[in-house]
Parts: sequence; C-alpha cells; structure tokens
Amino acid sequence: MSVTHLCDLTGTELAAKLRAGEVTSAEITASCLARIDTVEDRVRAYLTRTEDVARARAADVDARLANGEDLPSVAGIPLALKDVLTTRGIRTTCGSRILESYVPPYDSTAWARLSADGAVLLGKTNCDEFAMGSSNENSAFGPVHNPWDLDTVPGGSSGGSAAAVAVGEAIWALGTDTGGSVRQPASLCGVVGLKPTYGLVSRYGLIAFASSLDTVGTFTRSVRDAAVLLSSIAGKDPMDATSLDGPKRNYTEGIEQGVAGLRIGIVREAFGEGVQPGVKASVQAAIDRLASMGAQVGEVSLPHTDYALSAYYLIAPSEASSNLARYDGVRYGLRVEGGDSVEMMRKTRGSGFGPEVKRRIMLGTYALSAGYYEAYYGQAQKVRTLIIRDYEAAFESYDVLVSPTSPTTAFRIGERADDPLAMYLSDVFTIPANLSGVPAISIPSGLDDAGLPVGLQVTAPVLAEPTLFRVAHALEGELGFDALPPLVAAL
Amino acid sequence: MAEEFETVIGLECHVELSTETKMFCGCRNEFGAPPNTNVCPVCLGHPGSLPVPNEKAIEYIVRIGLALDCSIAPHSLFHRKNYFYPDMPKNFQISQYDLPVCVAGHLDVEVDGGTRRIGITRVHMEEDTGKTTHGSASGRIHEADHALVDYNRAGVPLVEVVSEPDMRSPEGARVYLTELRATLEALGVSDVRMEEGSLRCDANISTRRKSSSDLGVKVEIKNLNSIRSLERALKYEEERQRAALRNAEPLVQETRHFDEDRGTTQTLRSKEEAFDYRYFPEPDLPPLEPDPKWVERIRVSLPELPAARRARLTRDFDLKLAQALLVGESKASADFFEETVGLSAAPVAVAHWMTQDLAGLLNKAKIELDASKITPQHVADLVHLVEDGTISNAGAKQALEDAFESGDPVEDIVERRGLRQVTDTSALQAWVDEAIAENPVPVEQFRGGKEAILGFLVGQVMKKSGGSANPKVVSDLVRERLSGT
Amino acid sequence: MPVEIDIDHVARLARLHLTPEEKERLRAQLGIILEHAAKVGEVAAADVPPTASAIPRSNVLRPDTPAPSLAHEDALANAPETEDDRFKVPRIVEME
Repeated sequence: MSVTHLCDLTGTELAAKLRAGEVTSAEITASCLARIDTVEDRVRAYLTRTEDVARARAADVDARLANGEDLPSVAGIPLALKDVLTTRGIRTTCGSRILESYVPPYDSTAWARLSADGAVLLGKTNCDEFAMGSSNENSAFGPVHNPWDLDTVPGGSSGGSAAAVAVGEAIWALGTDTGGSVRQPASLCGVVGLKPTYGLVSRYGLIAFASSLDTVGTFTRSVRDAAVLLSSIAGKDPMDATSLDGPKRNYTEGIEQGVAGLRIGIVREAFGEGVQPGVKASVQAAIDRLASMGAQVGEVSLPHTDYALSAYYLIAPSEASSNLARYDGVRYGLRVEGGDSVEMMRKTRGSGFGPEVKRRIMLGTYALSAGYYEAYYGQAQKVRTLIIRDYEAAFESYDVLVSPTSPTTAFRIGERADDPLAMYLSDVFTIPANLSGVPAISIPSGLDDAGLPVGLQVTAPVLAEPTLFRVAHALEGELGFDALPPLVAAL
Repeated sequence: MAEEFETVIGLECHVELSTETKMFCGCRNEFGAPPNTNVCPVCLGHPGSLPVPNEKAIEYIVRIGLALDCSIAPHSLFHRKNYFYPDMPKNFQISQYDLPVCVAGHLDVEVDGGTRRIGITRVHMEEDTGKTTHGSASGRIHEADHALVDYNRAGVPLVEVVSEPDMRSPEGARVYLTELRATLEALGVSDVRMEEGSLRCDANISTRRKSSSDLGVKVEIKNLNSIRSLERALKYEEERQRAALRNAEPLVQETRHFDEDRGTTQTLRSKEEAFDYRYFPEPDLPPLEPDPKWVERIRVSLPELPAARRARLTRDFDLKLAQALLVGESKASADFFEETVGLSAAPVAVAHWMTQDLAGLLNKAKIELDASKITPQHVADLVHLVEDGTISNAGAKQALEDAFESGDPVEDIVERRGLRQVTDTSALQAWVDEAIAENPVPVEQFRGGKEAILGFLVGQVMKKSGGSANPKVVSDLVRERLSGT
Repeated sequence: MPVEIDIDHVARLARLHLTPEEKERLRAQLGIILEHAAKVGEVAAADVPPTASAIPRSNVLRPDTPAPSLAHEDALANAPETEDDRFKVPRIVEME
C-alpha cells in the first residue's frame, strides 16, 4: 500500500495528530466517508449513513480545538454504532423489518456519553436481526460481507461494526455482545473486540435481546483504542438498575505494564476437535510468545464449557421472548392490518420478524411456559452458577485465561444458514464469559493459510479490565499484526 | 334453609399509590391529565428502555404491610408477568410472584356483633396498565370497531392486597373493604377513591354445604366500582350459587362481570382458559432487601390506624361502639370530632349530632365532611346552645341545615331566624294560663293522675308561642300551675 | 430423542402468525435444539442454586422526583395510527 489513509489509522494516532494540528476532524471524517463511498457497495456494513451529522460535528470539534479547548480523547474521531443502540432522531432498526422506520425519541447512554465527548457519528451499522446470530446473515436488509474475503461472513451479530472498522469505514465502533457478538466478528474480521464486565456500561438504549447477558462492546484497531472508548462510555447510569457503582476511570492507565510475572491460563476445552487446525496453530504460536515475554503459562480447565452453550440457548431465548413481546404494531414500528387487535399483532409479528428471531421467540416461549420453567430456564440458571464457579476457581490460579475466540475463521455466506445448531457452535468459547459476566477481549493473532484472520481471546475476572488491557496490549505489541484486508491494501 | 350453606369470600384489592412519580420512571403520577402527556420511553415500552424502582413506592408498600401486621420479606423479587394486551406497553407487567414484599398479615373487622380476624395472604408491588377506551357509540366492548389507548396511567405504582378467604357474608366483605380503605387512607399512601380507580377490588366467592368438607366452586367477580356494588354483587352471586346447589345444578369455576344496572353477574370467561403468564424473575431489576432498621423506623412512625382510633374514642370519650365506628370512620371525621370536643362540647352530644343530623345532610348532598361548610365551631355552638336552653333541639336542627347551606356562624343564624327560645317565665305565664283555661278536660285528667297528658298541655303552649317557648320551662310552669291552686 | 412441541399453542402464546411450512420447520428444529439444551439437566443438581444475574446487586432505587416526560408529539410520533391524542388499535375482542 503506497499511501496511508487517515481512515486506516488508530483513534489514538488520530487524536494525537488532531492536537498537534497536523489534521482536522473534517479531514479525518472526509477520509472515512470517501472509504465508505469506495467499498460500501461490496461490504454493506451500514444501514443508515449520517454524513451531514458527521460533518457538522467534525466542524464543531475543529472550531473548539482551534479555540484552544481541551477536549476528551474521542472528540473528532469518526465512529459507527451498531443499529441496536438508540440514537435520538436517527432511525434505529435492529436489522429488522419490524423497526424499519422506527425513530427513537431518546439516545442510548453509551452514545450520549460519546456524543457529549465530541465523537463524530458516521452511521448505524448492519447486524443480525435483534442481535440474534453469528454471521450477520439474519439481517432483514441483506448480509454484510467480510472485507478479507467478500464471499465470507464477517461474523455476528455485530458484523457491520466489525467490518466497518476492519475496512476503514469507521475508526472505531460500538457493538453489543450477548453470546460473543462483538468478540467473534472481531476475530473473523481481524480487529480488536472488547466485551467489558456486565453492568460496567449502561444498557439504557441498548435494544434488549437477553437482558442478563447483553453488553455494550467496542471494535477498535488497537487495544489502547478499546481502553479509550471504554473510558468514555463506562460508569454508573441511574437509568439502568443493573449498572455497577464505581467512579469513572481512565482505562489507559497502567496499560504498558507488560505481562512479566502474570499467570496465564490456557483453557484446555478450547483446543479440542471442533477447532480448525489453522486457528489452533495461530493461537498456539501467540501463546508461545507470551511465555517468552515473561508470563507464567499453564493449562486450566473450565469443566462446564460444554454445558454453557445449552444454558445460553435456554436463557437467552427465554429473556428474548419476553423482551420482544413489545413489538406488536401498537405504539411504534411495523403494523400489518387485518381483523381485531389479536390478529393485527399476530400478523405484524409474523411479517416483521425473520426466521431466526421467530425460532428464538418460540424456543423461549416454550421454555418458560407452564410446566417447563423448572426443567429448562430453572436448570439453565443453575448451570450459570457452575460456570461462575469454574471461572472463580480458574482465577484463583491465574490472572487471565486465553483461548481461541472462535473455533473457525470466516465461513462462506450461506454455509451454515440452514443449520441452526452448527451456527450456534460459533459461540462456544465466547458464551461462558456472558453467562458469568467477566470481561473478555479478542485480538488478532494472525492470518491463516487462506489469508483469513484468527482471533485470540483473553478473559479476566469481574472488573479486572486493567489486567485484561495490560495483557492484550503487550501481546498485541509482540505479535505486531498490521495486515489490512486486500480490499483496502489495493487502494 | 339458608343455614345449611356456608359462603366463603376472599377479596383481591389493587391500590394505586399516591407517589409523585410512576413506579419505574420519573413521569408524573397524576389523575386526569390530557392523554399521553405523562409518558416517556420507559412507560411507553420503547425499545431499549429500562425500569428503575421508585423508593417512595417501596416505603409505602412496607407501610401497608406493617399496618396489616405482615412480615416484611428480607429478600423479595420482581417477576415478569407475560401477556399481550394493547394497554400493556411492554406486553409484560413487572409484578411479584413467589417472593412478594409482605406476607401473612391480618385485618380485624367488626361484623355480626363481634370482631373477626381476616387473614391477609400477601401484599405485593406491581405497575398499572394504560387505559383503553373502546370506540363505538355505546362505549361497550362488544360493539366497538376500534380502541384508543392512553398510557398516562401505565407504570403507576400499584399494590395488590390479597385476603385469605375468611369472609363469610357479603356484609362481612363490605366491612372488610371499608376497614381496608380507611386504613389505607390513614396511612396516606393512596387517594383510595373507587370511583377514580385508585382502589379497585375483585371478589372470589364460593358456596358449600356446611356438612361437606369440600370447597365450593370458586367464582371471581369483576367490575365492582364501589363498596355498595361489592355488596350488591356478592348478595346476588351468593343467592345464585345457593339456588344452583339447591336445584342440583352445576356451578362452573369462572370469572363473572357485575352488571351495575341490573344488579346481576354474568359470565365473562371460563377459568379453564387460565392464562399462562410464564413468570420469570425480572432480569432488569435487582432483588429488594429492605434494611431491618429502616423497616423499624417506618413501623414506629405509622399513624394511628382506624381500629386503634375507634378503641381510643370509645375509651376516652365514652362513646358507644356504633358511634365510634361512624365517627372514627375517617381521619377527617375523627379529627373533626376531637376538635369539636376540644371546644368544650360534650362528646356524646357531639357524636350524636355528627352521626345523625350532620351525616344525613352529608349523605343527601353527596359530599364528604371536609367538603362541607360545617366546622367544629358550628357543632360546638349548637351543643352549647341546646345545653343551656338558648335554642330547642328543633331549632338547633334548623340552624344546622342553615349553616350547611350558608356557612354562617350559629349565633348569626339564631338571630336571623329568631330561633331563640323564650325562657322568660313572665312571657310564658300568660300562654300557660290560656292553655289551662282552654283545656279543662285534660287539666282534670292530669289532676286525676294521668301524667302523660302533661305533654299535650305543653304542646298547646308551644303552639301558642309559635314554637319559640322552651319546652322544659313550659313543662315546669304547667306542672306548677296545676299542682298548686 | 427430539422433544415434541405443541407449535400451535406456543405460537398462540407468542402472538406469532406462522405459515404451515414455518410450523413444520420449527417443530423439527426446536425439537432438536431443546434435546441438546436439555443437557443442562445432567449437571443442574438440586444443591446448586440458580443465578439470575452474574454480578449480585440489591436495592437499586430512585428518588420519587419528577423528570421531564416526552413532548406529546414525540410520544405519538412513531405510532402507526392515532386518534384524539391516543394510540388507535383495531377492536379488542378478548377480555383482560
């Protein structure tokens, strides 16, 4: 690649250039918008583009910087938001026909905080419908194409945000992670994907899929960038009763401490049969580097990993079946006429929801229905306890855990679409962190022989984000992954 | 015949709390606002919205639980009750299921000449729904072609009080509801106006033969808009059930709707279609674990409750139970009574005025005591003026009616209407002499020993005086005249 | 053994209109998914308490202080149909 485009730099690099007067926010924004114009017809990462809003904010930030104002780190840097995060006055669809023309009257807290800090909004990204999926093939508005190989999936459900960051259509982005929906697409798209501790970032305005699992997460090109974004959005929110107490903090502090002396546990269950050889090799090589960096590396078991998937596919659809009941054609969204109110609701929901959403609503409704609660939901909540105990035991001996993020690299569009169970297996290594609420991050460990990115997942105890960042940042530096998708490299 | 049957009644009451804001959001909790003006993303169930509980509502439900002698659960949970209806913004209601805030209390009521303890199974917290109006000329659901929904009421804090099936008669149910209402009013947690919907009640009633150990078939009655409707509906239903049993006709477990106009109950839906609410713990809300010290502070700061107030009035003022029941019915009434007594008026006389004439005037005008123009001063003055003979009882009744309309001080009314009794003996003597002269036969009868005829003679004097004579003085004068010469 | 599910009943509870093809597909798929999910029963012993939420919290409340409501126009802006400042829906046949 001959020219380094602004839209391919990290947020941290761009923030420095802004303050040094080398570039303006308008220039950075123009670079991202130009990239979108160039590749969007092939990638399809965006559902709604907000160029005017973006340019206006960029101009505003430039004026304030010129005035000598000291602005937060995220100011003036173009950002994308997964289309399950509400944006006041800007259409928010959740990738669904049932909300195709829904315009929220309020901002999600995560976006409100970034906006107050001066972030530039480029648009709302495509995703699996209501965040249900692992490939972004469940969007009612068409799939997203992985920039590394356009015939493959970017992962899901936050496929649009992952692809946009990977291909320069945004410097960084927010997504949501319920069973791996930030980490898995990050892994498949070769970017950094963070799922913070459950409750650290407010869910107010995060359109609910599974309330006890949904977490706002970040897509960035570096671990430091993830820490910067997290610092802006984290912290208690009075509008979310599940958000955690605690002061706001700067998560980049201490990020340079390195891994010497830290105990790193390799998850035994994550290197079994279902994992692609290329994935195993890439992650193993990265682990070997950790040892050479002075970390103590050992093996650890999370014995109930096998049951986590089952528990997830009972808890998440159960909560979802209730959370999605509000989409009934009465107060907002799609309405399909016909007959009385009951008929109207049935037809609206029958038309407005796609097959995966219907599948999960039916599954969840059944699991909660009379006589079945104890056998399904009740049992699944017990498995949750066992998963939490697994992690607590593991973290007694280790500071962080490491595993592949996803058993495979990006698979072909259409390959798993008719096999729900195969699709669900994509999340086998990411789901346990959602069930237990612990933070986890995926960083690129390299490319496989087919040139597709492999992701390595680091997991830390509850609220141990500083340790998480420290390890991930050190490893990232050591691995030096700087490849760009061929689509971009050619520009 | 009726004695062979036993009626079993339980009541489920919903109480809208009088907090400033709704249960899970900061919208105003206000009756009668223009439609859809007290709404926000939370109470409209917008995508991405989340509930946060109102601390005052929790304080209020604890107050209610303590007043009903319940145990306050150290750990309680919100649950989702899932069902679809246009007035439900989320198509689930945040409620409580197996871990409510309050359990196992009771309310003692005066019925059938004694005290009966009605068990309270539970008191739990939930949120109200929006209001639906059906679009059609009659406003009745059966003829509508559309419905209109106002979400102002959606999310208003609602407390559900469930009684044990401990009532044995429609009258007993009425007394329970009256006492519960008075208790809630004394606590200051709700307006408890059934006509506005801040107190709502459903009844469960079954009938069994006393000889049987089987429970009768339970029927739920809905659409009870007043305490009177409750009693009417239960009386009808009790008889309907007994008639069915007598005629060996089957009774169905069902929900019935009370028809106000006809005074009857009609089938609404069969209980067999019992809803599957798919309860599960509300994942957006952490558990409630009330601090025992905080609960204790609430307990010691509870106001005087109706039962305690009645006991105190009976004891301190020597009132009969019936008078104490009426006077102590509400805080307003009890305060009025005590203020009046505080103006040195005899308690029994005050109670008599309040429960007889004043109550009659209030009923006729269909207003409450604190909405009338009558003040404690009015009643105290009346009592004093009758006591010292300035006016007669009849005159006092007139004065009360006048004050009820005009609000004028009693003294002014007495002057204006010339109610002052004539007590001056010299004025009266002439009338007495006249009456005696005009009625020789009754006079003879009295002198002959017929005591009762005195009343007739006194009446004649009263007539001559145009009612203004003090009857006691007249009576003494007549007796004196006739016993002497 | 795949689980047998009364698809019509569940669809009714969920207010979902399904075509006959959808019903057939769902009946098969859900049966298999639930069979796998039921594995949780293997380890969910009686002495293991359920966990509703990963990070334990309690008593999160807010003061009884009014906050601004939505402007009336904003409240109705997304409504498919309104009349008299209210949300309009087709006739409601079943009782509450």
